[in-house]
Amino acid sequence: MFYMRSDKVFKIVLLVFGFLILFFSIGIFIQLSSSAWLSIKQNGVSFLFKSVWDPNKDVYGALPFLIGTFITALLSVFLSLPLSIGTSLFLSDYVKGNFSNIISSLIDLLASIPSVVYGLWGLFMLVPYIRILENWLFKYAGFIPLFNSKPYGVGILSATVVLLIMILPYSISVIKEVLKMVPDDLKEAGYALGANKWEVMQKIVLPYIKSGIFAGTGLSLGRALGETMAVTMVIGNRNAVPTSLFDPANTLASVIANEFYEASSASHVSSLIYLALILFVFSFLVNFTMQLILRKINTGMIKK
Amino acid sequence: MKKNLLLVTGLVMLFSMSMFSCTGKNPVIQEAKELSGAGATFPKVLYEKYFDNYNQLKQVQVNYQAVGSGAGINTLIEKTIDFGATDAPMKAEEEEKAGAAVLHIPTSLGAVVITYNLEGSPKLKLNASAISGIFLGTIKKWNDPVLQQLNVGTTLPDANIVVIHRSDGSGTTYTFTEYLTKADPNWEKALGTGKTVNWPVGLGGKGNDGVAGLLTQTPNSIGYVELIFAAQNNLPYALIQNKSGNFVEPTLESVSKAADIELPDDLKVSITDTDSADGYPISTFTWIILYQEQNYNNRDITKARAVYNLLWWITHEGQDINETLQFGKLSDLAVQKAEALIKQITFDGKPIN
Repeated sequence: MFYMRSDKVFKIVLLVFGFLILFFSIGIFIQLSSSAWLSIKQNGVSFLFKSVWDPNKDVYGALPFLIGTFITALLSVFLSLPLSIGTSLFLSDYVKGNFSNIISSLIDLLASIPSVVYGLWGLFMLVPYIRILENWLFKYAGFIPLFNSKPYGVGILSATVVLLIMILPYSISVIKEVLKMVPDDLKEAGYALGANKWEVMQKIVLPYIKSGIFAGTGLSLGRALGETMAVTMVIGNRNAVPTSLFDPANTLASVIANEFYEASSASHVSSLIYLALILFVFSFLVNFTMQLILRKINTGMIKK
Repeated sequence: MKKNLLLVTGLVMLFSMSMFSCTGKNPVIQEAKELSGAGATFPKVLYEKYFDNYNQLKQVQVNYQAVGSGAGINTLIEKTIDFGATDAPMKAEEEEKAGAAVLHIPTSLGAVVITYNLEGSPKLKLNASAISGIFLGTIKKWNDPVLQQLNVGTTLPDANIVVIHRSDGSGTTYTFTEYLTKADPNWEKALGTGKTVNWPVGLGGKGNDGVAGLLTQTPNSIGYVELIFAAQNNLPYALIQNKSGNFVEPTLESVSKAADIELPDDLKVSITDTDSADGYPISTFTWIILYQEQNYNNRDITKARAVYNLLWWITHEGQDINETLQFGKLSDLAVQKAEALIKQITFDGKPIN
């Protein structure tokens, strides 16, 4: 009798927890939408395509921030892929024991460093080197449109590199876990057929962990989209559409962090919340598509 | 067992409640022992020092949250704090939202200085149209004739100027742009005054440290920071030509002198581009703001009295702290006018003292 009741209570408690999460996400969406409503009414969808952001004259356009956010996030995720796959393979199949453990815990440590520390490190340590690199590229490869603007050090490139380092631990830890699930039978079968290590990795392991790589990428993309503090410190904060990798730019999250505290006019506050809403929706979409892709890959694998 | 526990908790709660109500009825307390304020980050250091000293002196604890001027004004309007603090006087729109009269009591003066990273850190002389040209991107090189003319005898490099401004909304930017709006017609047309403006050129740094961080590592750059910050970090700063034609170095003295003008009774006055002959032109008051009628949101008279006494102390004894922390002192005239304002504070329509 007593056990029955405790079981029921436990079930109800869990149900409440589950709904709480649902309640929070829907609540945040509703709250953001209602606070952004003033700006949505004033600016409409063209908010997304206008490139001037001038709170002083009540002109609001989100295009520079959208472009800044997506370029830095996608570029850093793209560049992090070979690094994270390589590191995970190295740790799971090429080294064993203490050394692997030490590296793994160091990678986990990277994930726990506060982002403001990354920002400071980026600004004072990384940016000077990036400036040297940019100056060199500008001088010798300036004819390529990507490198075709005056380098300052801070800008899209610096933000991308800082993001790259920040998201690495996330994708590595996911991919590492999936690598553990590759059955030894398969690998051994590969070796038995005379394949060398590279061939086993390429033909057996990598296809097997595709879903893990997607999951890791999704996680790090979500992180890169929303990263605020570190990006703000190294991106140069210019509210204009960037034309090259060296240009200072701004992201959705960093412009909110910069302007929200001192925003006093209702339309300014509302437009900043509109930016937050866009960021929220995009993060949601990224997660949602990642889930879809994952499910496709997983069911495909089972069918095989 | 469970019932017993419930009973005990109930009793404990009842007991503690009765304890509190007893102390509440005690008529000895005349002045609230706790006040809360929120607002500008610029005078944060100064206010913390004020409130620390005041607590030791009068055993009144003041909690100050440096959340920014805008947020300070908003929380005051929401009536959840005893006073706000701001670097820019409230706008008509905000006063309308406040619904009742709000008093502006100045506590100190601050200044914005133009700082730069040039080899040899020469003492530069600048005027409003030169600053405006640089920050609008029309003056692109350090050896531009306009800058050379102002700095005869100093060799300026043939290098591009890198402009560095604040990326976050701030009172510093407000003061800087307000000065340029008043002193240079081009600026007024192009950008105007605001806590954030639509910068046509340059890099943005978050906070004074962000600007200084970018500045120190970018050769040939120029930016603006608060005077205290420049002094603490040994950044070079320029002499600025004021309305009377004098090139004035930003010092505590020249900043205080900027307020040596006809002050209006409500003290809601901008002193940028001052008429004062020896005043530094990019100076500003910073204010504590409060409702004139203190009976709002169930506050009692003890709170009103505590605020009254605190403000009186800040504008008198507290002023000695200002210069130790690189903030300008209020002039005698400003203190007199502040006294008159503080005396206007009422509770239920009656004056406090």
